[in-house]
Amino acid sequence: MNSKSLYQEVILDHNKKPRNYGTLDKASHHAVGHNPLCGDHLDIELNLDGERIDNIAFHGESCAICKASASMMTTVVKGKTRADAETLIKEFREMSTGTLNLNEDHHLGRLTVFAGVRDLPTRVKCAILPWHTLHAALNSVTTTSTEAEDDPMHAAIGDA
Amino acid sequence: MKLIDSALKPEFTSMFDVEHIRADFPILKLQVEGKPLVYLDNAASSQMPQQVIDRLVRYQTSEHANINRGVHYLSETATAEYESARRRLQHFINAREDREVVFTSGTTDSINLVMHGYGRKYIRAGDEIILTTLEHHSNIVPWQMLAEEKGAKIRVVPISDAGELLVDEYEKLFNARTKFVGVLHVSNALGTINPVKEMIAFAHARGVPVLVDGAQAAPHMAVDVQDLDCDFYAFSGHKLCGPTGIGVLYGKAELLERMQPFKGGGDMILSVTFEKTTYNSIPHKFEAGTPPIAAAIGLGAAVDYLSAIGLDTISAYELKLLNYATEQISNLPGVRVIGTAARKTAVLSFVMEGVHPHDIGTLLNHEGVAVRTGHHCVQPVMLRLRVPATARASFAFYNTMAEVDTLISGIRTVQKVFT
Ligand SMILES: Cc1ncc(COP(=O)(O)O)c(C=O)c1O
Repeated sequence: MNSKSLYQEVILDHNKKPRNYGTLDKASHHAVGHNPLCGDHLDIELNLDGERIDNIAFHGESCAICKASASMMTTVVKGKTRADAETLIKEFREMSTGTLNLNEDHHLGRLTVFAGVRDLPTRVKCAILPWHTLHAALNSVTTTSTEAEDDPMHAAIGDA
Repeated sequence: MKLIDSALKPEFTSMFDVEHIRADFPILKLQVEGKPLVYLDNAASSQMPQQVIDRLVRYQTSEHANINRGVHYLSETATAEYESARRRLQHFINAREDREVVFTSGTTDSINLVMHGYGRKYIRAGDEIILTTLEHHSNIVPWQMLAEEKGAKIRVVPISDAGELLVDEYEKLFNARTKFVGVLHVSNALGTINPVKEMIAFAHARGVPVLVDGAQAAPHMAVDVQDLDCDFYAFSGHKLCGPTGIGVLYGKAELLERMQPFKGGGDMILSVTFEKTTYNSIPHKFEAGTPPIAAAIGLGAAVDYLSAIGLDTISAYELKLLNYATEQISNLPGVRVIGTAARKTAVLSFVMEGVHPHDIGTLLNHEGVAVRTGHHCVQPVMLRLRVPATARASFAFYNTMAEVDTLISGIRTVQKVFT
């Protein structure tokens, strides 16, 4: 994996035309995620109907990797249950940090276009930020950061 | 540095031969992603010439022991070399005396030393500290901590859209409560060279001492602390082709003598009993514990290296690089240079329409080009100029016009990927 091949067509497309970009009229949960290393931030709003995410949107200032990751994430989790979303969050983190074996069973589907970030340590946080923020929102934590104590990246890098 | 014999090589009659200079830097031969490294992140940290590497090796192989503590040969040698490095730094910035040169771990450490040693002793509730919008976080946060502790206030000098300090506004900030000024000599994010000499004169006319953050100036221009008349001048070794973990705080002897030590321990004392400790004289009062001896000696060799080329020669050559790069980048549609001050060092911060700086950085890396992306530890500048982040190419005297071309073609490649 070199740094250029991360910029695949699908990622560039989601960057250019992000899906579910904006705000929701009705949201039960929201969170903002910061990456203090680059000043980027991402707002995620979602509406839970019982246990199901019936709507989700994001907006913010971020790089292509982060924006595409957020865009694809919203398309994938919309309509899923909270538990399914948490499974995806976990798998996405594990893929990004290189601890997920992609040959074994997982639910990531098209999201595997981001697998390459595991070889670009400086960009792992960009890809994970939306997922980390979604996790915060689902757990009613309103702000989070890639440097936060609960940031999976701390543990993941330390353990690796 | 290899001296250039212009009689043998008439083509080298220009200022200096950059290829000769490059031969001194082993790291510049590196390949990144299969392409020759184009290192344009010198404002973050610059590279080390073989002469400095050799000096470090010599120290570790034949001179190392702890300093100021032994009567044996090695301790005396190490002490003498460490103090000789101090004198090299003294001459490098033209300080009056070697005891005005305190070795620290870097600019951040130097500023914190002034905050603790001077600020905590002399700043009181209601006092005002003047800083500028351009300051690096390292010249903001310590003063905020002090202001919070003492109930003092921070006043901030604004900047123009070009990234220049508004000197009139600076002058208007002064009043009877003004007790300290902190200003950076050269902006790390934009390259702006600030009129510090005039600002210092203005402050001194009102009895206010001035600390200058020289981290980005010392590597790129001749610095004369007596001419500037600054009270404190802080800079880092690793931006001066020297090692990490070493830096300098220059302070006027009279001020250093009045200051409180910041760290307590060995070497900074004359005598210790449980009733009373008497502090050592300056600069030792501020150098508690075993200092980074090798790094200090390496930094001494680094400033010798730079002085042999000549800081004026370096400034003149880097200005050519800047002018060429600015001209080339201005021809690219959709690219905007951030920081267009009339007087600049060779720093080129830029943004690209529709492309986040982070992505520029990753894609330039693919071309072997190393630039910094992000907020460069100057979030107030980014906020003021309304950009979340920039990509920054920062040049050194070992960069070439051909490397500018590689940067420009790299930027074109980025544009292609994103259209
Ligand atoms: C203007 C300026 N001040 C202070 C610093 C901090 O230097 P250091 O990290 O070496 O302490 C830097 C380095 O990035 C700088 O550019």
